[in-house]
This record gives sequence, C-alpha cells and structure tokens, in this order.
Amino acid sequence: MGKILLDVRDLSTKYVTRFQENVYAVDHVSLQVEEGKALGIAGESGCGKSTLALSLMGYYFPPLHYISGDIIVDGRNISRMDPDDVRRLILGREIAYIPQAAMNALNPTQKVISFIEDVIRVHDLGSSKREIYERARILFQTLGLPENVLQKYPVELSGGMKQRTVIAVAVLLSPKVLIADEPSSALDVTSQKMVIKMLMRLMEDGLVRSLIFITHELPLLYNVTDDIMVMYAGQIVEKGTAKEVVFDPLHPYAKGLMGSIIVPEEGVRGVKLTAIPGAPPNLKNPPSGCRFADRCKYVQPACRVTAVNLRELPNGRAYRCIFSEEELREAYRNG
Amino acid sequence: MADRQVCLSGTGLTKVFGFGRQKTVAVDHVDFKFYESEVVSIVGESGSGKTTLAKMLLGLLTPTEGEIYFQGQKRDISTQRKRKEYWKNIQAIFQDPFSSYNIFNKIDAVLLDCIYMRGGRRLPQAQKVALMTEACGFVNLKFEELTNKYPFELSGGQMQRLMIARIFLLKPKILIADEPTSMIDACSRATILDMLMQLRDEIGMTLIFITHDIGLAYYVSDSVYIMERGKIVEHGSADEVILNPKEAYTRRLISDVPKIYEEWDLSTV
Amino acid sequence: MKHTLHQIFHSGKFVLGFCIFIVILLIVMVYPVLFPYPPLAIIGQGTFFAPGIYVNAYDSVHAPKYTLNLEDAAAKRIASRLSEDDRVAMQEWLVGYGIPQGEIDINDTAQLLGLWNTHYDPKAQIPGLTNAKRNYYIRLDTALEGLLATEDAVIAVKNPETGALEAQGTIAQSDYVNVGQVANVRFLPLGTDNFGRDILTQLVAATRVSLQIGFVAGIIATLIGLTLGLLAGYIGGLVDDVIMFITNLFTVIPSFVLLILISFSIGQERRGAVTVAIVIGFTSWVWTTRAVRAQVVSLRNRDHVNLSKLSGHSIVHIILNDILPYIASYVVMALILQISSGILSEAGLSILGLGPRTTEVPTLGLMMNWAMIYQAYVLGKWWAYLPVLITIALITFSMNLMNTGLDQVFNPALRD
Repeated sequence: MGKILLDVRDLSTKYVTRFQENVYAVDHVSLQVEEGKALGIAGESGCGKSTLALSLMGYYFPPLHYISGDIIVDGRNISRMDPDDVRRLILGREIAYIPQAAMNALNPTQKVISFIEDVIRVHDLGSSKREIYERARILFQTLGLPENVLQKYPVELSGGMKQRTVIAVAVLLSPKVLIADEPSSALDVTSQKMVIKMLMRLMEDGLVRSLIFITHELPLLYNVTDDIMVMYAGQIVEKGTAKEVVFDPLHPYAKGLMGSIIVPEEGVRGVKLTAIPGAPPNLKNPPSGCRFADRCKYVQPACRVTAVNLRELPNGRAYRCIFSEEELREAYRNG
Repeated sequence: MADRQVCLSGTGLTKVFGFGRQKTVAVDHVDFKFYESEVVSIVGESGSGKTTLAKMLLGLLTPTEGEIYFQGQKRDISTQRKRKEYWKNIQAIFQDPFSSYNIFNKIDAVLLDCIYMRGGRRLPQAQKVALMTEACGFVNLKFEELTNKYPFELSGGQMQRLMIARIFLLKPKILIADEPTSMIDACSRATILDMLMQLRDEIGMTLIFITHDIGLAYYVSDSVYIMERGKIVEHGSADEVILNPKEAYTRRLISDVPKIYEEWDLSTV
Repeated sequence: MKHTLHQIFHSGKFVLGFCIFIVILLIVMVYPVLFPYPPLAIIGQGTFFAPGIYVNAYDSVHAPKYTLNLEDAAAKRIASRLSEDDRVAMQEWLVGYGIPQGEIDINDTAQLLGLWNTHYDPKAQIPGLTNAKRNYYIRLDTALEGLLATEDAVIAVKNPETGALEAQGTIAQSDYVNVGQVANVRFLPLGTDNFGRDILTQLVAATRVSLQIGFVAGIIATLIGLTLGLLAGYIGGLVDDVIMFITNLFTVIPSFVLLILISFSIGQERRGAVTVAIVIGFTSWVWTTRAVRAQVVSLRNRDHVNLSKLSGHSIVHIILNDILPYIASYVVMALILQISSGILSEAGLSILGLGPRTTEVPTLGLMMNWAMIYQAYVLGKWWAYLPVLITIALITFSMNLMNTGLDQVFNPALRD
C-alpha cells in the first residue's frame, strides 16, 4: 500500500443561504487517497460532490462554511489553518483544484503566458519573465501541448485546448493532489478523450501524485480511476474499486446509478435501464433515517428510524445500508 | 421489410446561413428516409448541423435548397393554416426543459393548448380536465398537484415529463426529441426514455432523436444517421453503424466514447 | 407578479426615487386645490420681487394696534436705515471735511449723527469727491432725516372740501399690528418673475404641464419604439432591414436638431403643449426600437417560442404572450427614461424659444426661457430660475433612480 497523501476524516461543511438557512452539503465524509492512485466521486447533480471538492481544499469562504473534521495533506492538518496561509502554502503546491467550467474562467484580455506569470507571482516564486516562460514552455512540451498556445488569447483556443491549458496551469507547481471537477463535461467526445489522456499522463509522469476525479459520467469514471465513491445527499453511500462499484454495486442507489449506464457496446441494446423515481431530499432539513429511503425499492420501516452507518467490509469496500451484503445480492438477483 | 411506409424524407436538403464571405453551410445536401413508427437517431458533435436539420424538419427554419416529403407528398407549409395542420403531425421536445416553457403561463395553459390544437376547444370543462389528468397520469404526474402551478416550480425531470404529457395529448405522427435527456440526471433519464418508448408503442409515431451521445443512439434507435459538418456520412441500422462502422469518422466517434466492457484505447488521440 | 413588486419595493434606490416622484406629484395635485390662484396672473407692478411676506401697508394702518416694548427695536430700525457702509461713508466725508478721525466714533449713532447734522453741507468742497458720490451723500442725508426722532407719526387725511390735512390718528414707534389681523397679506415664497407673476404658483402649474408633456412624449416614443422593435426583431428579414434602415437614419440625424426643425415649421400659432409633446415623442423612439429589437432577436429563437409556434399560435399571439412579457420590465425602464428625457427635451426647446406657445399654462422650459430673456441670471434674481432648475433636476433624478433600482431588480448581474 502506497503512502496516503490525502486523509480526510469526518469532514462536514455547510452552505449558509441568503435567508440564513443551513444546507448540509457534505456530511461526515471520510476518504483516503494513496500516492499514485486516482479516486473517483460519482453522484447526481446536487448530491454534494462539487461541494466536497471545494471543501477538500481547506479554503472556505462564504457561503461555504466549515463545521467539523480533519483534512490531512501529506501529514499536515490543514482544516484549521488560517485561510491566507492555506491559499499561500497549500493551494497549487499541495492541492490543486480545477473547478467546473474552469476553461471559461480564463481572462479573455490576457494572453495565456501572462496568466501563468500571475499564478507564479502569487506564490511568491519571484522569477524573471524569461524564467517563467522557459518553465511554462518545458511544461507544455512535456504535456504535448503546442508552445504557441502561450502567446495566444483564450478566444483563439478551442474548448478542449482551453481546458488542457487550464489543467497545465493548475499543475505548474507540481501539486501532490489534483482535484478535477467535471473537467471534460462541456467538451465533445474527442476533446474529452484528449483531456483524459492528459490527466493520465500527468499521473504517469509524476507531475501530480494522486488524482480526485469528480463526474456524473460513470463510464468515464470507470476508465480513469482506481477507486470509486458514490455520494448521495451529502453522504458517501458506497466505496470500492472501480470494477467492484460498477459491476457489483451494493447500495440500492449505486445499483440504480450503474443500471442507467448506456455505452455503445454490444449487449447494451434491449437491456432495461434502471429508473429511480423521485428526487433527492432537501439538504436544508435532511431526513433522520436513511436519506435514500423515500426512493428505495427495498425500504423497510427500520430504514426511516435512525441514521444508517457506513458498513466497512474486510476487503476495503464500504456501503451505507441496513441490509447485509448477501441480502442485497439476493434482492438484486430477484429483481 | 417491404410494407414499411416512408413517413418523412428529404432530398438534397441544404441550409446556408449568411452570405458572401460569412457564408456557413450548416446542412449540406442531406438525403434521408424515415419510416413510420421507427426510432431514428441523428448523431453528431456540436456544430455538425443536427439541430439545424431538426428545425428544418419541424418547419421552424426554411431550407435554402432541397425538398422535404411528408407521407409521400411534398411538404407545403406556406400559410399559417397549412403550418398548423403540419404541426398537428410533427412535434418536438427540446433539450433544456427550463427554457422550453413560457414562465408566465401556467401548466394548465400548456396542456390546454394541446387540446385546442386537436380541436377540443368546445369540449366541456370536465372532459378537458379528464384529458389533462390522463396525460399527466401517463407520465406519472398528478394533475391535481400541477394545476394552477407554474412550470418553473417543477424539477427538470418533471418538466421534461410534462413535455411528454403534451405529446401524449397531441398524438403526432412524428416526434423530434432534441437531446431530451442531456440536461437531466442519469436516474431520471431512464424514466424519460421509457416513457418516450411507451408513447411510441401506444400511438405508433416515428421518433427522431437528435443527440451527440452515440451510446444513447445505439440503445434506443432502429436506424442511425451520423452527421459530420452538415453532411450525413453514414447511415443504416443501429447494429450496422455502431458495431461495424464503415466510415473513419464514425469509427473515431465510437472509439472516443469511454467503454466499460471493452478496453478504452487512449492512444488514438 | 406579487413577488416582483415585493422585490422592487425592497430596492432602496427605487424607493427613494419613487418617494421623490410621488412627493412632486402630490404637491402638483394638492397645491392648486389649496391655493387656486391663476398661475399666469400678473399681480406685481414691476419685476422680480424678492421672496417674502407682503403685508398691505394701507390695511395695517387701520389694523388694531398693540404696544410692544422691545429693547432692540430702535437699534434694529436704525440699522435697517443706516448700514455699516453708510457709517463708514459718513466718517469718510467728515474726515474729508476736516474733522479729526479720532473724534469720530462710528459705532455711536447719536454722536455720529450729531456731527453729521452740524457739519454736513451738500455744497461743501471735499477733495476727490465724484459726482456720483456727492449724489449718494445727498440721498443719505434725506434718508437720515428723523432717524433719531421719537415722536409719533401722524396719519392725515385730505379734507375733500378744504383740501386741508386733518389728523386722524398717530402711530407710535412701539405700535405693532398682528399680521393675521391685516386684511391683505400675500406670501410669495419664491417672489415674482419679470412680469410680476407669483413664481411658486407658476412653478407648480409648470411642473404639472411638463410632466404631462413628458408622459405623452414618453408613451408615444415607447409605443413607436416597442412596435417597430417587436416587428423588426420577431419577423426579421426584409421587415427588419427596412425598419432598421429607417431607425439608423434617425440615429444619425441628431434628434434635437430634428426637433428644432419640426417645432419651427409647425409655426408659433399651432404649437401647444400637446403638439410639442407629440413632436418630442415622434423624434425620440430610436433607442427604444434598437434596444427592444436586440432583446426580441435573442428571444426569438428560444425554445419556448418554438414550442408556442408548434402549438399553432399566430404571430400576434406569440408576440403578445411569449415575447412581450419577457421584455416588459425592460420596456417599463425604457419608458421611465423616455419620460424624463421628454421633460428635458421640452425644457431644451423652450429655452431656445421653440417650446409651446401659451398664455394659460407655463412649462418648466418656458419659465427658464423667461428668466433668460429678462436676464434674471445677470441681475442675481435667483428665485426666477433656481427653483425651476431644482425641480427639473429632481424629476429626472427621481426617474433615473427608479430606473437604476428596477435595473438592479431585473438584472441579477447588477445585484449586490
């Protein structure tokens, strides 16, 4: 087992709305990312996966607020650090984050190179323009991006190229953990594949040492990550290796999610897709029992009484359900 | 299958936007034949002209060149009356449910429009309500809960289901679904697709999916048309096109989609 | 709808603008009821009476008298007739006459007057005394007569038969009348103008007329702009090209020049307030057209419009139901701006003398015009133009505030 680079224990965060209501978007989430591994986080929109990504950086600003838990990056606990220190010492160097639609965040009036200069200056690595250019050039070369991109304005780049540029800038300072939130969702399939290939290359070349990949596209997640975590209503409901979670899901929600995968492969046609009726609960006032109870086919009265804990299995898998592994498999076999 | 009737077909259909140096050919001499009660997918990446083609089929855009034939007859939508007649036969579901509704109209108005369109303006109120309740019931919505509400009070999935309820009332011969599931969650996607299929079985309409998702196209359709830069590069039955693609573009498109049963080859880009 | 109104009235800017506007509107409506003076009646003989309370002198002679013994009454009376400058001038004359400066105490009124009365001689040769100055001293000498007198003033009436004056009564220096008991008192808070007309009454009437002109002009401009914009934007094609060609043509010609030419060619006789309003309305629709068209073009291809088409609705139905409600907030904002610019245009026209020709109703612009022609600016008669300026500024300010407030509500990108 490799060294654990990111160790998150019982992290809870919330949003405070304009009307002073609390939205508990991340609820007691624990996760570990090993060196050289990629962890995937799956879930529907509104399940808290993007909030989790934001919370993992330890840099909180309204409306996001920290409640409890620890974030340990390579042995250093950052969850209670001063925000300014987090920004200066952690972001970019220890943890890099690529938000959703990051490519649209490039300043249209600035050339790519001046954006890179800004990034390096913020982390007070005072070096001359020449040095910065040289450094960016080498990085782009390593990543297989054309050097002339540096001298271009964002509008001159295609969507895929913009996204790859943003990723390149994010890994400029060789962060230990890279968090990518839907990095390829807005792109067409070919550009998406190029972005994924680049992420894989970053891992292989050791420019980033581990990856957290967030998306709602399960086939993509399956191909990119080693382990997958499924989130539902702010909680982790299932954890396991990519293969286990996709082909042998335990939690009824994960089962439903995997049953809705469509890929252009033989044998897919005619297989009935799983539909989950209803909508996720309101996180302003989450139900006290199992949060999936209202949509679950196998719901029992006991499900609604007390909160269901995450069951850890000896083989490293985990799921949040009152049924045992065997009971669930039996239920799925009978449909 | 000799008894299959051609429902909608086109020859040399072309749409050019702008003129002079700014001319862009969005759809370039496209030929197609859609048969009655089959499920067709038109697959293409963004900018391939698939939405423009759909709008021409719907009669929302006038073709620059070429002809569209509806049930063997040359389509004539030159007057508002003829257009209205045509739209009784061809309807659409759009990609973004949040922008598909007039936010100032109540849900009742949306459904009533459909009843009026089928000549039900004079029906007694009770019968109108019964029709609307039936339509909502078909898509698992309760009309009593929806009446006097505005569409934006619903979730994305519910709005899209209401769209299907609308089609249920209209019972058109052809339905064009423009990326109907791309803005909603995977779990609701199955529901929407199920309902569309069920509706097709019930009223025997031709269902045309416009999509960029080749997996979805393979899953739902009988025949598939692949579009690239305004041209149809390949078409045929779903199995033919997806499992044994002949054109390089189709092959690339399929290889670029992540798989779960086969190895996803990253070396091709 | 209710929610939107709620939001609008939560915007501080809108509420402030709205309050100012409502106050102006209330004053315009209530004032004529309370004080039904004809706004253009000439009441003063002479120009530019300063603001103040005008008490009828004849009536106050006959009003009941009250004796008030006020300490500083004499001093105030003297001060009002003998100013500080006069005292210095008197000292100057006396020094020039030969009285040593040390002997003159200009603050001791009795001593100063004593010296003056003893020595003043209009014919005396004072070195360096100009003719104007000499006349000034003669006037001053007359004015000083009886300044220190303490006797009562006698009221005399001419006997119609003999022509002799007969004493009727006396007025003591400590006599007062109660203003409330004087039959004729007129309060002129803003004085009178060059023709001797009450400016406040006139200002209220003018504001009313100007608001009417603004509303008529604004509504006409918005209606034209909205119709053309909707047609151009929604129908597109040739209709769009033609409408935009005309619109661009009007954009290029400065509308104020057009306004001047039209106003001039209509002629003095037919240029009433409504005519001017219509002329303003017909020359200021251009920007509304362009703005509405831009909005409609972006709405035209929205899915809800497509859906409405597919539901078989006619163009009119689609424009009224699927386009208009979406741009309604925008049009209201444009209307507010058009009204305020209509008021400004009228003022601009009238200052040039091309405003409504009228003998019954004034407008804000006409008041400015009169003040300018009779040189109120040069003469320092601030009450003739400053209140008008402030009123115009307040109206446009309040409307622009409302507009910005609405903008913040309807345009989420501007919310703070």
